[in-house]
Amino acid sequence: MSAPAAPSTPPAPAPAPAAPPVETMTVKVNGKTVQVPKTMPDWQGKPAPTTMLQAARIAGVDIPHYCYHDKLPVAGNCRMCLVEFGTPMIGPDRKPVLNEDGTPKIARSVLPYEPGTARGAIACATPISPGMEIYADSKATQQMRESVLESLLINHPLDCTICDQAGECKLQEYSVQHGKAGSQFVEAKVHKPKAVDLGPRIVLDDERCILCTRCIRFTRDIAGDDALGIVNRGSYNTIGAFEPGRFDNNYTLNTVDLCPVGALTSKDFRFKMRVWFLKETKSLCTSCGTGCNITIGSREGVIHRYEPRDNDAVNGPWMCDSGRLNYRWIGRADRLKEVLRTSSGGPRERITWNAALETAADILRRAPQGGVAFVVSARQTNEELFLLKKLATHTGALTDSVPREGDPDRLLVSADRNPNSNGVRLTGMAFTEFGFNLLKIADGIALGRIRTLVVFGEDLTREGLGPELLAKLDALIVSDILPNATTAAATLLLPGAAHAEKRGTFVNVKGRLQRFQKAVEPPGDARPESEFLQELVQAVTGEEPARSIEGLFNRMAAGVPAFAGVEWARIGDAGVTVQL
Amino acid sequence: MSTKVVDRAPLTFYERTYLPAILGGLKVTAKHFADTVFKGKAVTMQYPEERWVVPEGYRGAPYLVKDQDGATKCVSCQLCEFVCPPKAIRITPPGSEGRPADRANAEKMPREFEINMLRCIFCGMCQEVCPEEAIFLQKDYSITGENRESMIFNKEKLLSLGGTHAGIQKWKHKLEEARAQESFPVETP
Ligand code: SF4
Ligand code: SF4
Ligand code: SF4
Ligand code: SF4
Ligand code: FES
Repeated sequence: MSAPAAPSTPPAPAPAPAAPPVETMTVKVNGKTVQVPKTMPDWQGKPAPTTMLQAARIAGVDIPHYCYHDKLPVAGNCRMCLVEFGTPMIGPDRKPVLNEDGTPKIARSVLPYEPGTARGAIACATPISPGMEIYADSKATQQMRESVLESLLINHPLDCTICDQAGECKLQEYSVQHGKAGSQFVEAKVHKPKAVDLGPRIVLDDERCILCTRCIRFTRDIAGDDALGIVNRGSYNTIGAFEPGRFDNNYTLNTVDLCPVGALTSKDFRFKMRVWFLKETKSLCTSCGTGCNITIGSREGVIHRYEPRDNDAVNGPWMCDSGRLNYRWIGRADRLKEVLRTSSGGPRERITWNAALETAADILRRAPQGGVAFVVSARQTNEELFLLKKLATHTGALTDSVPREGDPDRLLVSADRNPNSNGVRLTGMAFTEFGFNLLKIADGIALGRIRTLVVFGEDLTREGLGPELLAKLDALIVSDILPNATTAAATLLLPGAAHAEKRGTFVNVKGRLQRFQKAVEPPGDARPESEFLQELVQAVTGEEPARSIEGLFNRMAAGVPAFAGVEWARIGDAGVTVQL
Repeated sequence: MSTKVVDRAPLTFYERTYLPAILGGLKVTAKHFADTVFKGKAVTMQYPEERWVVPEGYRGAPYLVKDQDGATKCVSCQLCEFVCPPKAIRITPPGSEGRPADRANAEKMPREFEINMLRCIFCGMCQEVCPEEAIFLQKDYSITGENRESMIFNKEKLLSLGGTHAGIQKWKHKLEEARAQESFPVETP
């Protein structure tokens, strides 16, 4: 199996050569004539005959569906997308039969043995033909939907009050939109296993499953781990894992998003918060250089979950489990919340931001050229790096960053575990190879040439710059989010904000410039770095701060060649590709 | 929506002297005065020693109820928290580590459930929306406390004040149905 969701090649920034004319076909959806392409990309992006469901979408009509998913092979098993349709009549002479007014006569689809009854076709798997008419809201179509829903609900437990899916459940939504309230089924419901431990991150409720097989297709065709299947027969059909409890690849939680009902739910999110309370914020995953687009679900300053957000240029609709679950540190109780200063020999004291920035500006203004060094983190935003670069240039400082490597996988996870390595390179804070200058910086400190070290978001004691070496410095200005040995040694500690607490941009491994928004407030005195860095830059160089992140970004775009011509507003939710 | 503007009739000179309103009010007072003094029909009560009989269907303070087996009926669906107009309700869901429900099969119940009685307007929306018949407006109308904290009733207090409500016990019946099923033995709690 190939990996269809692997990020497609980003479009070149230069105007693409004129695309070959698309062959189109005319169809009617609910009486509205539309031109649709003859072929459209299938789940792997290969051209395939356009289906009725796709044609209806182009006409702005959403046909309800469960088993169909843009990025999964078509299964056609749920029948939710049944629609009545008609095709132009062909006479015995193989010519179209015309109405009196000259328009082609349409033959409605009917049952061959019962011509009075409409016959539906599944819109997700039926290709369109020229002149076809799709009746997505005719009486017959509505009846088909009602019957399908009634049959799906025959054995459904209606657990909505305790079901984590409630509020974003397609069974609830379609039942309200297309179903009828009653059921003709009077027998006892079939009961199936509940709260089954499918894998380390997934719980399965077999009673709620509507057997759409989305989960099976995902794990087989996308994740490449053929772990799930259907066992037992008829109304006893149940989803099962090949080895019980061992549905454990790094993409299992995508099946929770895919499952249209509450059959597959996340153990991490289980019973944590009802989804209608969650505020949704467009953000990015920071766990590796791929930069998967995510939606942060938070309520009253607490982050409850990450979910992937569609972006075909980066992650498609998926994300890995390790990235998705990597959010709890943001709410950790030991977050750095206070601005602290250690006066020579004295104890650490809590000071105001103004005092801290004055102290820092004073140190940087007095430092001789080359007497300062900067170690920045590739987890920082472009804006922050741009501001740090200004300070570094002003002080003639050596700069570097810290690499973070891991094993890549075939779908999304990148070997580079920093979200913004390319931002560090493009802003000029480090070379292609990170860690190149660290030795020189260590030497400089040992020789007493470098007397001030500015560290953002990295623990240098793990990179060979031990506490004894750091103790040689006159000033160690550190900004971080969580405590570590370097923050413990800092003479000036500036608490920073996690990405979910600020706005900014990253450049992923493929050169996609993407922006993220703020979901929650930083704790205590912690502030977004770009805010206090602007004030620091003003204090050191006299440059007026920009009033907003938009202004700051646009200023950076003018100063960094790779970002030339890009504006904050133009990045949009899907990002833009920049030249690396 | 179409609206109809109704002209306000101009006041007569007599009405503008306020006399009719004042006399009308005095008439009511005089009637009650006469009733009390001459007919012995008191319309006031010696509250709080004397209390009125709360009529059926009165909407007093909302409390949580237990079922006939003594189990917490609330499953922490948070619909009441969502619907409550003055945001008087605050529920802490159990999360994956929380204690499962008192009853087999119901899977969840709130870890904490608080109603701020200073905020509650006794509107009854929570009772109306509750799919589990777990919260009811009862007859308490006079709730006092010495500080704001004591006016926030927690789950324990709400349950002890609420008493028992004998309902249909759907979770119990689902479980019985599952146990009775022959051909597809499922593991039941
Ligand atoms: S799957 Fe949907 S309809 Fe079924 S119990 Fe859950 S929320 Fe309700
Ligand atoms: S568990 Fe969900 S995704 Fe899988 S077949 Fe059942 S309903 Fe479909
Ligand atoms: S009675 Fe009304 S105000 Fe009081 S808790 Fe219920 S919904 Fe809220
Ligand atoms: S009282 Fe009722 S509505 Fe409120 S959370 Fe409990 S079950 Fe839901
Ligand atoms: S979407 Fe399931 S059959 Fe078409």
